[in-house]
Formats: sequence, C-alpha cells, structure tokens
Amino acid sequence: MVGYLLLAIVVFALVAFWVGRSAGDRFVTAGGASVHSLPGYHGAFVAVWVGIPALVLLLLWIMAQGPVIDGLLLGTLPATLLDGASNADRSLLLSEIKNVAAGRIFAEPTPEIAAAAQSLLRWQQIADWLMVVVVIAVMLLAMFFAYSRLAPRFRARHGVERFTTFIMIACSVAAILTTMGIIASLVYESIEFFSMVPVHEFLFGLRWEPQIAIRADQVAGNGAFGAVPVFLGTIVIATIAMLVATPIGLFTAIYLTEYANDRVRNIVKPIMEILAGVPTVVYGFFAVLTVAPAIRSAGSLMGLATSPNSALAAGGVMGIMIIPFISSLADDAIRSVPRSLRDGSMAMGATRAETMTKVLLPAALPGIMGGILLALSRAIGETMIVVMAAGLIATLNINPLDSVTTVTVQIVTLLIGDTAFDNPKTLAAFALGLVLFLVTLGLNVIALTIVRRYREQYD
Amino acid sequence: MDMVAGKVKMTQQSVNTAMDPSDMLERPIRLTARDVTVHYGAKQALHGISIDIPDRAVTSFIGPSGCGKSTFLRCINRMNDTIEGAKVGGTIKLDGEDVYDPNLDVVELRARIGMVFQKPNPFPKSIYENVAYGPRIHGLARGKTDLDEIVVSSLRKAGLFEEVKDRLNEPGTGLSGGQQQRLCIARAIAVGPEVILMDEPCSALDPIATAIIEELIDELRENYTIVIVTHSMQQAARVSQRTAFFHLGNLIEEGVTEDIFTNPVNKQTQDYIMGRIG
Ligand SMILES: Nc1ncnc2c1ncn2[C@@H]1O[C@H](COP(=O)(O)OP(=O)(O)O)[C@@H](O)[C@H]1O
Ligand SMILES: [Mg+2]
Repeated sequence: MVGYLLLAIVVFALVAFWVGRSAGDRFVTAGGASVHSLPGYHGAFVAVWVGIPALVLLLLWIMAQGPVIDGLLLGTLPATLLDGASNADRSLLLSEIKNVAAGRIFAEPTPEIAAAAQSLLRWQQIADWLMVVVVIAVMLLAMFFAYSRLAPRFRARHGVERFTTFIMIACSVAAILTTMGIIASLVYESIEFFSMVPVHEFLFGLRWEPQIAIRADQVAGNGAFGAVPVFLGTIVIATIAMLVATPIGLFTAIYLTEYANDRVRNIVKPIMEILAGVPTVVYGFFAVLTVAPAIRSAGSLMGLATSPNSALAAGGVMGIMIIPFISSLADDAIRSVPRSLRDGSMAMGATRAETMTKVLLPAALPGIMGGILLALSRAIGETMIVVMAAGLIATLNINPLDSVTTVTVQIVTLLIGDTAFDNPKTLAAFALGLVLFLVTLGLNVIALTIVRRYREQYD
Repeated sequence: MDMVAGKVKMTQQSVNTAMDPSDMLERPIRLTARDVTVHYGAKQALHGISIDIPDRAVTSFIGPSGCGKSTFLRCINRMNDTIEGAKVGGTIKLDGEDVYDPNLDVVELRARIGMVFQKPNPFPKSIYENVAYGPRIHGLARGKTDLDEIVVSSLRKAGLFEEVKDRLNEPGTGLSGGQQQRLCIARAIAVGPEVILMDEPCSALDPIATAIIEELIDELRENYTIVIVTHSMQQAARVSQRTAFFHLGNLIEEGVTEDIFTNPVNKQTQDYIMGRIG
C-alpha cells in the first residue's frame, strides 16, 4: 500500500510539474519578457508543493500508525489481562495479538486475544485506506493552492530557491539531531545505570565483574562494576599503539617531506593510503593469527610467560593501523611550515637534519601534537582489532604480555546476547560508552583547537 | 653566447676607465662567475652569466622581475641545490676556490656566504635564539658568555641591539617588519660570513624601515662583500657602488653604478632605466 502511494506521489508531482510548466508557457506566450520566472520554475514550484507535504505526511503517518493502533488495542482489552502487567508483559501481549492476526498461531488463543486480533485487522485496514485518501486529498489541495498562485509576475524562481535552501538546512539539521539523539540516549541510559551503581563505584572501583544474578541464591551472583581495570586496559593498549605509531608515522612524514624525491614519494604515499584503507577486521585477523602467536613464541623463547591474547599484539597492530593517520597529519604540519624558514636555515649552513630538528619540527610541533591526539582518540575508540585480539577478562595489570580488556571490548560483550534494558549489566555498556564518548570528544576538541590555532599563525 | 662574453669584456673596459680610482681600483675581486647557466627542468633561466664582484663593496642586480636575478644570487651560495630539478653550469669562484667543487663542503660555504631573503623570515624562536642559531650549529662559541657576546655584537652590527636589548627572550616574530629584517641580517652576520647576499631585502618594508636598512647596508660595506638584488633603481643608485643589469636570463651590462645610471652603453639598459622595460 505504502509503495503504491509513494508511486502515486511521484506521478502526481510529475503531473503537477507539467501543469505548472504549461501555465508558465502560456504566460510566456501571452506576456513575453515581462514574465518573472522561466516556465520550468513554475513547474517546479507546483511539483514541490504537491510532492513534499504529501511525502512528509506519509512518513509521519507511517510512524504514528503503529503506536496509535497499539494504544487502541490495549484500550479494548479487558482490565483483568492488564492488571499489574509490566511494560514487558504488555509488549508480549501485543506481539501475541499481532501473531494471531498474521495467522502465526502456536496455541489456541484465548477469546479476548482472538477478538483483539480481529479488531487489529479491521483497524489496520481502515488506517491504510484513510492514509490513501488523506494523502491524495492533501496533494489535490496543494495542487489547487499552488496553481492558483501562478501568475506572470509570480516569483516562482524565488519560491524554488527558498525550497532548495530549506532542503539543505533540513539535511544538516537531521545530522545534528541524530548526533544529539545519540548523546541523549547515552546520557539517559547512563543515568539509569548510575541509579543502580553509584558513580564513584563505577569510576574508581577496582573490580569489574559485570554479571547479574540469575537466581537469588547464586554464589558470587552480584556483579561488580568498578571500571578502573577496563580503563587501565584501554590505556595500556592505546599506549602501546601510540608507542608504535608515533615514531614510525613521524619519521615517515619527515622522510617523505624532506628527504624523499618525487619518485619515492609517489610510491610510498599510495602505500600509506592503502594501509589507511585496510578494514580493521583484517587488522584483527592479522593480530590474532600472525602477531599474537609470533609474540607468544618469542616470549617463550626468552622464558617469558605470554598470554595468547597479549596487549602487545592488539596494541602493536592497532599502532600499525594508526601509522598512516599520524604520518599524513604530521606531513601536513611539516609542509605548512613556510618554505622561507627552511631556506633561512639552509642558507645559514645548517644541514637538512639540523633544519628539521631545530626549525621545522619545533614550528610544526603544535600541528604534530594535534595529529597525535587525534590518533590517540582513534586508538581509544577502535573496536574490531581489540574485540578479536585483546582479552575479555578485566584484570588490574599493566604487563603488555598479559591479556587486558578495553572499554570497547566490554561494550560489545555486555550487549551480546540478552539485552533487556533494566539491569546494570546492559546499562553499564551505556555508561562505558558515555565515558568513551566524553574522552574522545575532549581529545578531538583539544587536538582541533591546537591544529587550528597553529594554522592561523602562518596564513 | 659570444655576444654576451664580448659585452662583458667591453663593459669591463668601460669600468676600468670610469672607476673612481680612490675607492674602487684597489678593491680585489672576491667572486668571479663565468658562463653560469641555470636550468629549471627543461626551462633555461640563466644564459651564461659572467661577472666579477669586488671585495667590500655593494654590487646590485637590477632588472625586470623574472629575469633571473634571484636565480643567479642562489647560485652563489648554492641554494639552488635545494630546489628540485635545478641544474647549474659554468663556474663560480670565491677567492679563487670553485664553489661547485664536489670536495667543497656546502655547509662551510654557506657559513662564509650569508643570505637575507625578500620576506623577513625569523625562526619562531626568541630574538636571542634566532641570532644564536648559526653560531650554535657551527660550534662557534665556547660557552654561554662567548655566545652572548656573539649575539650582542651581531645585533649591534645590524643596528638592532638598542631596540631589543630588554626583550631578547621574546619571539623574533613579534618584531616589526623592518626589525625582523635586521634580525635576519644579524642572524646572518653571527656566523661571521665574508659575503652577504640580499634578495630584495626591502621589498616587504615601509619607506622608513627601508631607509634604515639602506643605511645599515652602507655601514656593512666596510666589512663585507655585499650583493643585493633590488627592483628599485633608486635603491640601487643609493646603496651600491656597482650595478649589473639583467634581462631575460642574460647579464646585459655591468659597471660602476653611476655610469650605468647616467650613461649606459647598451640600448636595453637605457630603455630599462628610462622605464621603458617593465
Ligand atoms: N624554483 C623554480 N622552479 C622553476 N622555475 C623557476 C624557479 N625559480 C625561478 N624560476 C624561473 O626562473 C626565472 C627567473 O626567476 P627569478 O630568478 O626568480 O627572477 P627574478 O628574481 O629576477 O625576478 C623565471 O622565469 C622563473 O619563472
Ligand atoms: Mg627575485
């Protein structure tokens, strides 16, 4: 039904366009140059008026129809069924009714349910037809309204212009609203979580055992939600990643900007771009299947106890992933130091290396720092590599050969399987997500501020 | 090519007769260039430049923009080495020593031939550190007091010390344009060069700052061989003892400044001086 209706809207809009344009054509034949807008603008004006309100109405209708019918259904059910029912019970009841209505019957339904299913079907039908009628009526009204405004001096061109602006604003607002929605849901669920687990316990607690009791008398059934071990693991892995990525990325950038000739640059740069384009799941493979066993056997050769999913493997591979990121940002930073400074230093008789360490790097340092902070925020938020290669158990240690877990890994594991949003186990994921979000947001803001301020210095 | 060489010889004759004997004749030749060519990739920017530059005098290069003045200046301290695709031919000698000799250390050469650029380019460091940069990398100072001395005397010679003595630790980039340019001159002097190359050092400055720098150049002439590129003929007339006119990658005429401006031999030079060539 909705599909046909969409098609109808398109057809109506096309017809409206044609109608508007022929009106415009007539104005032109009658009035010549005094007509304000080209016939195409008249067509577009009518088409927009016919198509867009109908489309918006259709979308709103589709969104509202389900909840409204659900509400009506619950209203018809006898009070005995609803007494003392929780939200979950209600949604169970509703889905049973819907199953019955759709013919998926597993057991003989009670008479109340069967009746409700009947009325559900009826209401749905009414709603569908009502939707068709309303949408078409709106389109006809809009067509009438828009057409009546057309005149030789009518500024259809400005109307279309305003509409285009509106569309662009709507798109950017949609992006902003989505972001705010995500933040709001994070905050909302986190508040829920902190009503069960105190904030200080979450932020400073040293034990992370995010399980919930299945039976009341279960041994060790109460979870512990002290996130310090998780934060610590994240820091360990991110540190290892940065230790790998910063020197390699920085030296690559220095080599590419100052030493390499065009031929080498043209080879190395695309390779770096490929490295940046490798899906993180592939890096995950690489960490689990190649790097971790290699570290393990190297460790055992030296007589060191090495965990099969050591922080070193996950962090090291994450570092490799970040190299192109750092090198391209450092490259930008070094390149944006004016050539005159380098010339000045070289003309004093400084060597390339002296020029680099004494003039270019200090001048580019803010930009490079910004790049490193951005890379760090990526390392902290990176998920796939650590889900595949890091550990699951949160232990309070910083030994890179041991297994540690990260915030992102914990979020993934907390949300796998049973996801009812009324226990601290699931809600803890939102609290972790909120912390992650705030930290990466902070890092990004600082990094971008540094980079921007530094850019202004030379432009 | 032959024509240019002939012209040089000819102008040299006219130089010898026209030179002010008290000032110029005993000046030994410091730099000699013979048949210097420069290619940027496939494009030839200089077509065989031959010139002698005397000691402790100001030689100015004039000519319309794009004629190769900066290019030739960069040949002298081998700054063209840093430009990818630039190829230099011919010979340039400093005190009879070939600048392009493969055994020569470019780092030492550039310590002997300082350079000041068109746009003041102090490093984003303190005033003190800017001047101390050269002495530090060349290891010219034995200890802190020594370095202080070099910095102060260089700033003095550049006529900047009195203005900045209370804020040596403030960034050099915070100075005015003219002060920045004098800081760059102090920075160049600090390494103890014999020759100072200046590429349009006043083109980014206001008239007052320009006058100060011109005065400074006149003072520095006592101790340094100075080559200055300028787009201003008045400036060339004011500060230089000798002038060379470049056009389209050729050295058209060269001689005592007064002669070039009052009584040029070449038609193109005449045209340029009368303002008929852009
Ligand atoms: N780095 C370079 N790469 C390519 N061509 C250059 C470069 N520098 C200068 N040129 C060319 O060489 C010629 C001389 O330039 P330049 O020496 O800067 O002239 P001037 O200083 O007299 O204005 C010009 O045609 C210019 O386009
Ligand atoms: Mg120039």
